[in-house]
Amino acid sequence: MAIVSYLEAGRDALAEEMRRDPLVWAVGEDLGRGGVFGQYKGLVEEFGPERISDAPISEAAILGAAVGAAMMGTRPVVEMRFSDFALCAMDELVNQAAKARFMFGGQTRVPLVVREPIGMWRSSAAQHSQSLEAWYAHVPGLVVVCPSTPADTKGLLKTAIRSDDPVVFMEHKNLWGLAGDVPDGDHLVPFGEARIVRPGRDLTIVSWSAQVHVAAEAAGALAAQGIEVELIDLRTLWPWDKTRVLASVAKTGRLLVTHEAVAVAGFGAEVAATVAEQLGPRLKAPVRRLGAPRTLIAYAPPVENAVRVSASAIADAACAMMGRH
Amino acid sequence: MALKRRTKPATGAAKTPSVEQLLKYYREMLQIRRFEEKAGQMYGMGLIGGFCHLYIGQEAVVVGMQNALSLGDSVITSYRDHGHMLACGMDPKGVMAELTGRSGGYSRGKGGSMHMFSKAEHFYGGHGIVGAQMPLGTGLAFANRYRGTDRVSVTYCGDGAINQGQVYESFNMAALWKLPVIYVIENNKYGMGTSVQRASASTDLFERGAAYGIPGSQIDGMDVLATHAAAEEAVAHARAGKGPVILEMMTYRYRGHSMSDPAKYRTKEEVAKMRTEHDPIDLVRKRLIDGGLANEDALKAIDKEVKDLVTAAAEFAQESPEPDPSEVWTDVLLEA
Repeated sequence: MAIVSYLEAGRDALAEEMRRDPLVWAVGEDLGRGGVFGQYKGLVEEFGPERISDAPISEAAILGAAVGAAMMGTRPVVEMRFSDFALCAMDELVNQAAKARFMFGGQTRVPLVVREPIGMWRSSAAQHSQSLEAWYAHVPGLVVVCPSTPADTKGLLKTAIRSDDPVVFMEHKNLWGLAGDVPDGDHLVPFGEARIVRPGRDLTIVSWSAQVHVAAEAAGALAAQGIEVELIDLRTLWPWDKTRVLASVAKTGRLLVTHEAVAVAGFGAEVAATVAEQLGPRLKAPVRRLGAPRTLIAYAPPVENAVRVSASAIADAACAMMGRH
Repeated sequence: MALKRRTKPATGAAKTPSVEQLLKYYREMLQIRRFEEKAGQMYGMGLIGGFCHLYIGQEAVVVGMQNALSLGDSVITSYRDHGHMLACGMDPKGVMAELTGRSGGYSRGKGGSMHMFSKAEHFYGGHGIVGAQMPLGTGLAFANRYRGTDRVSVTYCGDGAINQGQVYESFNMAALWKLPVIYVIENNKYGMGTSVQRASASTDLFERGAAYGIPGSQIDGMDVLATHAAAEEAVAHARAGKGPVILEMMTYRYRGHSMSDPAKYRTKEEVAKMRTEHDPIDLVRKRLIDGGLANEDALKAIDKEVKDLVTAAAEFAQESPEPDPSEVWTDVLLEA
């Protein structure tokens, strides 16, 4: 085990995969200087400018070129800097990358990773703060990954690079500095396998990305009140670990889903609906969702904070579901 | 190379073609023509559905280009793709069976007219979003170089696609990285139902790469000798590592944008004039006959051969079984 940051874990994963497979290369804006957040620091020195490729500010061409290069059997890792910017390349991702395998009857695959950092981060305002993971979960053909820890960032990014299908890999900007244990060796985390962050018998909380840490804080506070939360980190939204979530809710009888993204039509709705459909009559309380209100993310901290789902909001909702007020 | 407007091949660039070459062009263009006519007929009979964009009239562009390529060079285009696939050497049976939505089609009936792919023939797809193949073709060129080959990417688009934003991102990237890509603009004068004059502030499309220093030429796209000469020059340039090239091929489609387009935005006289005075197949035929290079019987033998090939493709396309509904679950990521 080594202690590394969430940011370093992603860099280590990419470097290891590039050493393992010469067909893996990265492309994006500002990679030559180490990436806008430093996620690519030192890589151009080791791998050279053809494999750590500095691209012009042209998201559509970057992603489109990567799709072409992936169809030809190379394995590009595309850096979009912010999930907000990736919207300039939605056609290439949704219409080309996601569809090619099926549409061409299996004649081609698109082994592509698109890194799209998400989330609220230091007063970044409406166009640099969004969490758009639900958009991609809606698109057949895409894998959607939202890691919350350094170990998962490393293990899931390595799995993503080895995937023959396109992966949208969404790191949370507010977690870059988060340090944690990362297993030594060739650490791989499979898609579709949720992580039990803490076991509990009373209530299941499902979350992902940075919101897992907020939910963990709430779970700690609830434990002090005698409420044992089972906290599940989905880690990948597509595929998502229905089995583990359903098993947990079958045990606790209560489900609360919480995410940083807008609640309306968020992925929490999918989790809640699935649980309601499968376990409805066995639930001890109606399912609950906690996400951002359907409004924009502001610059000024008091307004920015108004869309966050806080640990106390989660704890309050959990108490209400337990019949405690 | 620099920007140049010309309708005939540059002096010296056009070597006198051999009889064999002329006959090859004739056969390949005729095969596309007859294939497309058959597809149109089958569409009318309800055997083909959805969107179907015929290439009739534009045959000299793709045949001239493809004959300048070497094994392993990659090709990508938009949805008007039947001609490109045949010129790449894809099996007419597999193409026609895809049009009829059968399991023997290249995409097993899941792609249709606009979406076929062949790794074996280095054809990277018919793509349905106007202009979207441009960055993909740029990426093919990147991968060619990344893998250490001297292969080039030929990336086709129409005049309609040329006003899409991602085209210019691609031009800049290809010029910046000196990628071995040839962008072929097939200017058939109408983007769907809107003429180039009504859609483009600058109608000299071969100049569209000027801001990035990309050499461009305008070519008579109805003359296969002109398209082939331009193609050879462009391919040599790209293969030598000198970066991208733009070729604007002045061509014409005889049919509507798709089968559902009656093409009322142009006159019958305009179409008739192109057909009678500039038909690419007639032009080669005339060269062969007038030059005493082939007689009517030899050409008739080719006509028959092509007709038989197309008939066989049409039969296969009707006999091949429809795909099973369970195909909806194949080649798509489900639970990973």
